[in-house]
Amino acid sequence: MYGKGLRALSLATFAAVTATFALVFFYAPLDADQGFIQKIFYVHVPVAIVTLCAYVVGAIFAALHLRTRDRKWDLRSYVVIHIALIYNILGLLTGSIWAKASWGHWWVWDEPTLVSFLIVFLLFATYQPLRFSIEDPERQARYASVFAIMAGAFVPLNFVAVRAATAFVHPRVFATSSGGLPGSMAFVFVCALMAIALLFALLCSYEIAAKQTKWKLRALRRRLLGADAVAPLGRSAAPALGEPGRRAPSAGGRASHPAEAAS
Amino acid sequence: MSALLAAAPALPLGEAGKYVAAAFVVFVAVILIYVAIMAAKLQRMSRELAELNAAVEARERGEAARAEQAEARR
Repeated sequence: MYGKGLRALSLATFAAVTATFALVFFYAPLDADQGFIQKIFYVHVPVAIVTLCAYVVGAIFAALHLRTRDRKWDLRSYVVIHIALIYNILGLLTGSIWAKASWGHWWVWDEPTLVSFLIVFLLFATYQPLRFSIEDPERQARYASVFAIMAGAFVPLNFVAVRAATAFVHPRVFATSSGGLPGSMAFVFVCALMAIALLFALLCSYEIAAKQTKWKLRALRRRLLGADAVAPLGRSAAPALGEPGRRAPSAGGRASHPAEAAS
Repeated sequence: MSALLAAAPALPLGEAGKYVAAAFVVFVAVILIYVAIMAAKLQRMSRELAELNAAVEARERGEAARAEQAEARR
C-alpha cells in the first residue's frame, strides 16, 4: 500500500505550518535590533537547518544502500537529496532577501556562512547530472550512493569550519556567549523548525509514493497488455525500481519493491 | 480574528514589510509549484489507471461473451 499515512501527515503539516505562521506574526515579539525584518528568521533558519540535516540523512540512506544493496534505500536517498535541493534553493532565496533588507546587499561574497551554503548547494546540484550520466541502473545507484556519502560527510565538516571562522557578519543566535534567543522567540523558532521538518517529510513521502505508484502501474500494464504496451524507458536520473531489460536490478541486488517481484 | 489582530505587534508594511512578505511569498510559492508538479504527475497516473481499468473491463466482457457462446453451443 503506497502513501500509507499521507492523509494524517498532510493534515498535521498543514496545521503545523498554519499555526507557526500565526505564531510568527501574532505571538513572537519584534526583535529589538532588526525589528520586523527579523520575522524572515523563522523561515530562513529552519529551512537551512532542515536542508543540511537532510543531506546528512541522504548520505546515511546511501550508506544503507551500499551495505544492503536494497533499492529502497537508493530511492530514499535520491528523494531526500532531491527535496533538500529544493529547500536549499528556498534557503538561498530567503537568505538573499533577508541580506538585502538587513545589510543592503542581495549577496555578500566575503561572508563564510552564505558562501559555504552556496558551495553545499553547488556540490549537491551535481548529484542529479551524475545519476543522469550513468545509464546502467545498478552502477547509477552505486556511484550515486558513494557520491551522496562523500558529499554528506562534507556538510558537517563545512558547518564546523564556518563556525570556527572568526570574521563573520552573519548573526549567531544559538549557544553564543552573548546569550541566545529569548524564550518566546525560541518557542516560535522550535515550532517553525518542526513545521518545516514535517513539510519536508511530507514532500518526501509524496515523492516516494508517486515513484512507487508509477513503477507499479508500469508493471501492471506489462502484465495486462504485454511488453509491447509499455513504452521503452529513457535515460533518467531517478532510480529504477524494477524493470526487465535496460534498467533491471542486478542479479546480486535484492528486490525491494513488489513491482520487481511482479516483473 | 479581530482580537488576534489587536494582540499582534504592529505590522509595518513599509520597507521591512515588503521584504518579509517577499520571503514568505517565495516560501509558499516554491511549495505550491512543487505541489502543482505533483498534481500533474498524479493526473497522468490517474489517466493511466483508467486506461488499464478499461482494458481489464474489455477483457472481462470478452471472456464473458465467449463463455456465453460456449454455453449456448452446449
